[in-house]
Amino acid sequence: MVKILVIDDEMAIRKFLVASVDPATHLIIEAADGQTGIRLAATESPDVILLDLGLPDIDGVEVTHRIREWSQVPIIIVSARGDDDNKITALDAGANDYLTKPFSLPELFARIRVLLRSAGQSATESIVTIGDVSIDLSAHVVRKGGVEVRLTKTEFKMLALLAKNLGKVLTHTHILREVWGPEYIEELHYLRVYSQQLRSKLEDDPSQPKMLITETGVGYRLRGE
Amino acid sequence: MVQFRSIVEWMNEVPGGKFPANCQLPTASPASRLCQFNRAAGLTDPHQSTIQMIEATRPDPDELLKAIQSREGKRGFLKVFLGASAGVGKTYAMLGEAHEQRARGVDIVIGYVVTHGRAETEALVDGLEVIPPKTLTHRGTNLQEVDVEAIIDRAPEIVLVDELAHSNAPGSTHAKRWQDINDLLAAGISVFTAVNIQHLASLNDVVTQVTGVRVQETVPDSFFEQADEIELIDLAPAELQQRLKEGKVYVPERIEHALEGFFKTSNLTALRELALRRTADTVDAEMQRLRIQEGTRGTWATRDRIVVCIAPNPMGPRVVRAAARMAAANHAELIALYVESDRQSNRGHQDHDHARQAMELAEELGFELVHLNSHDIVSEIIGFANRRNATLIVVGKPIKARWKEVLFGSVVDELVRVSGDVDVHVITGSTEATSKQTPVERKPEFLTRQGVTLAILACGLSTAVSFPLFPWIDTANVAMIYVLAVALVATKCNRYEAGLVSLISVLAFNFCFVEPRFTFAVSDVRYLVLFTVMASIGLVISSLTSRLRDQVRLSSERERRTASLYSLSRQLAQGRSKIEISKGAAKEISTVFNGEVAIFVKDEDRLTVLASSESKFEDLPNERAVAMWVLDHLEPAGLGTDTLPGSRAIYLPLKGAEQSIGVLAFKPQGNFDSRSQRQLLETFTNGLGLALERIYLAKKSNEAQLSAESERIRSTLLSSISHDLRTPLTSITGAASSLVHGTGDTKELSETIYSESMRLNQQIQNLLDMTRLQSGNVELNLSWQSPQELVASAIEKASPALANRQLEVNHKGALGLFQADGLLVEKALVNLLENAGKFTKEGDSIKVTVFAENSNIVFLVTDTGPGIAPSVLSRIFSAGFHTEGGGFGLGLSIVEAIARLHSGRCSVTNLPSGGAAFRIEFPRPDRQPEVPNG
Repeated sequence: MVKILVIDDEMAIRKFLVASVDPATHLIIEAADGQTGIRLAATESPDVILLDLGLPDIDGVEVTHRIREWSQVPIIIVSARGDDDNKITALDAGANDYLTKPFSLPELFARIRVLLRSAGQSATESIVTIGDVSIDLSAHVVRKGGVEVRLTKTEFKMLALLAKNLGKVLTHTHILREVWGPEYIEELHYLRVYSQQLRSKLEDDPSQPKMLITETGVGYRLRGE
Repeated sequence: MVQFRSIVEWMNEVPGGKFPANCQLPTASPASRLCQFNRAAGLTDPHQSTIQMIEATRPDPDELLKAIQSREGKRGFLKVFLGASAGVGKTYAMLGEAHEQRARGVDIVIGYVVTHGRAETEALVDGLEVIPPKTLTHRGTNLQEVDVEAIIDRAPEIVLVDELAHSNAPGSTHAKRWQDINDLLAAGISVFTAVNIQHLASLNDVVTQVTGVRVQETVPDSFFEQADEIELIDLAPAELQQRLKEGKVYVPERIEHALEGFFKTSNLTALRELALRRTADTVDAEMQRLRIQEGTRGTWATRDRIVVCIAPNPMGPRVVRAAARMAAANHAELIALYVESDRQSNRGHQDHDHARQAMELAEELGFELVHLNSHDIVSEIIGFANRRNATLIVVGKPIKARWKEVLFGSVVDELVRVSGDVDVHVITGSTEATSKQTPVERKPEFLTRQGVTLAILACGLSTAVSFPLFPWIDTANVAMIYVLAVALVATKCNRYEAGLVSLISVLAFNFCFVEPRFTFAVSDVRYLVLFTVMASIGLVISSLTSRLRDQVRLSSERERRTASLYSLSRQLAQGRSKIEISKGAAKEISTVFNGEVAIFVKDEDRLTVLASSESKFEDLPNERAVAMWVLDHLEPAGLGTDTLPGSRAIYLPLKGAEQSIGVLAFKPQGNFDSRSQRQLLETFTNGLGLALERIYLAKKSNEAQLSAESERIRSTLLSSISHDLRTPLTSITGAASSLVHGTGDTKELSETIYSESMRLNQQIQNLLDMTRLQSGNVELNLSWQSPQELVASAIEKASPALANRQLEVNHKGALGLFQADGLLVEKALVNLLENAGKFTKEGDSIKVTVFAENSNIVFLVTDTGPGIAPSVLSRIFSAGFHTEGGGFGLGLSIVEAIARLHSGRCSVTNLPSGGAAFRIEFPRPDRQPEVPNG
């Protein structure tokens, strides 16, 4: 049974989610505003939270901050287009992924599955496998089709960061801060060049990547499936 | 018409429609006119005559409009109490009427009344509210003037202001009281005022002739004629004299003097007649006005037009006044014409002053002023009169010596001879009669030290040269040497000096060379001829050269004027902005007229300085107030005018063809009083006004065009949007209603709802994007972007539209990075891909090629679809473009907008192999950012 907390003031959306899920496997907990959402997140301990950014009482970004103070439960942001800045702030505040309205149910459940799987992975598991690529985080070894791929130190650092957050969208700022350091958070072109290098070493067709995905205007993600 | 209907009916009863010869009609003029009319036209058909009659009695719309305007305008009502002389009881009558009005509940106040210590009059002031006059101090004397502002603030219905002809103290807003009253009327306050007949400008001459006293304070006839009501306060001369003796008019000590002087019975009778006649004229005019309002047409079909010729002689003002009186009698239009000829250009300054004076008077009396240049005065006058369809030419003829007329002829005689249809009215008189009026005569040029020296030197030199030669040449040849000297000196000097040199030469020649030598005696009479010739040559040459000099001066003046006008008009035509034009014009005007110029323009009821002067005089609050006044009243003010003459500069309104634009202020460096100078300045100002208006109108029409264009785009957009939104909505509604009723294939219907919803979402998104991009305030979020990455993410985003298409991505060479808003470029690429998807079918191939070319990153999306119809190739990127059956919607216009925002380009071509190639390019910096290795 997967418990999903939906924090959204739109009743129609909550209703359609409740109607769409299989009650045997999923349970939808509804919250119509941010305060209720935070309270329910504490009392109901959901497995995943679906958070709308435009709430009537408090900002979705603020809700993310508050929940992240005590919980690492996966949070998926739901935003309208044109709300990119808030989306990035929410991701930086600790949200795991985002969906743009309107979204389809299969898309939503695919995201939920990925997040649950990576949340289920214990931190001790040091090998992340994506397709024919395996990343050994402790041994610093990357293999593709069983053959070791030589990565530079920075390339590996970036790949490892994404792999540790498998399926999660990492913002440009986040990656730059973690890999190069806080003084480099503006140097977006580093990411452009290194992501290109990683793709040419790991993807089957670097021009149509299946693993290292660009979230234009937001950041990057390592796709887990 | 009711009245006329009965006449027509009556006419119809007449057997055979024939009128009896002694047609006696029961009603007044309209009917009798009709009777005459029908008789004249020989009409027999009564129906036809009815129609004709209606036309004949329909009032002229212009006249009706004028009548309505004068009734409905906000302007106050002006009532003038007119008297023949002082003491007839104007003020008394005015105050009496004021009490009556007050008793009727009218809000009436006293703005200014002088009781002259008359007890009866003073008693009437009691009980009326008085607005205290303001006190101005001029050279230590306190002068009281009407407080116009206070009256306007108080805003009574009627205000009493005595002494219409009064001249205000220096420093007042206006030079004359009638101008103050004009302001009050304009403010919607009705005015009662009083004036004596002798103060009317057009009667000034007559009054002077009658009484021997020239009245200095005058009121323009044009203002007097504006009076809505004139009440004549009439008193028989004997009665007035009786009042005078009783001390009711003047204090006792002045009575005797007055009775012998101004208050003589003959004077009083003449003045009384003038006043009565004037009132009768006004009543007549009022009658005409009423007839216009009532729909009866007066007998005056066309207006008479009188052309008054102003000549450079002192008769000018007399002629102008005479013409004004003539015109007043038959409501003629007046034109004052001054033809300047090169024959006159050698005349003295005082002659030009005469002409100027006459023109100024004519302006004051409401004439139209026309100034022409021609060498043939008579034909110019006749030509002008014919062009303007004048009925009468009025000209003055000074009495000249008989021999002069016989010898030189006269313009007037010539005019009478060739005038043809136009009547000529000649006003004769001796020039002396009006010479008192002429201003201080300028000192004529006489002998100058320089000229005399030159004359003596020339004679001395001639004598010195002739002396040694005399034994060899005869006296006639010596005389030639003197003639040469006279001729040379005459070219440099005026006629007095030329006369002098002729005289000295004759004397020297006589003394030194004519027998008996070294005496002034002349033995041979032949030498007298020689002397005469010598003197004549000198005079003729000097007068010719001085005329030539005058002409040169005049033509150089004209040339300078033309050149400056040309240069100004070039400036005005070239200027593209208000500021540019104003700055240019200000510079030009200040050079031509030698002074400082400031230009203001109206900016929502405020004045903004467009071109400022060096001393910034225009920033002073006083000066700003003058400018504001000029803008409000559209009349010149300031230095040298009647209004606010105390200011430092002259202010002229900048008038466009349709509205007031602003004000030009000119502060002269030296003296600036010549009329021609001011006329030229006004010409400049008019040109500038029109040029500024041109800019204003161009801006307006541009805005109108833009708004029409955006309106057009919006309406096509709206129709295309409603199409794009309704189509998917129809499918969704249809499918959903089937599901609700449980009919149809659930899966298929659900799929329809899903796919159509996605399409609807796409349309809305496009619409939002387009609105945002077109709003003009899109802030690009520029950062370094990788072309490959953008292509990859765009393909990912567009994948639903690209299902089962063969997709090929090519990167040619090193692409590097470029600065762009990643989301927007991705959006553009998604739209191009979706467009390609829409026009291809499953199995077709779509190719994306990225390459660098000339500092640009180029994305090329080619498909194997049907291509674009050549007729729409050029319009395909424009907003609202919509082809039949689905169409492109907004997608491609968004692509275009994004390219434009990035200073990039987009285009489309049809491939020879079929299909379309969409190309979008963005600038790529040559200098790529540095990225650390490792």
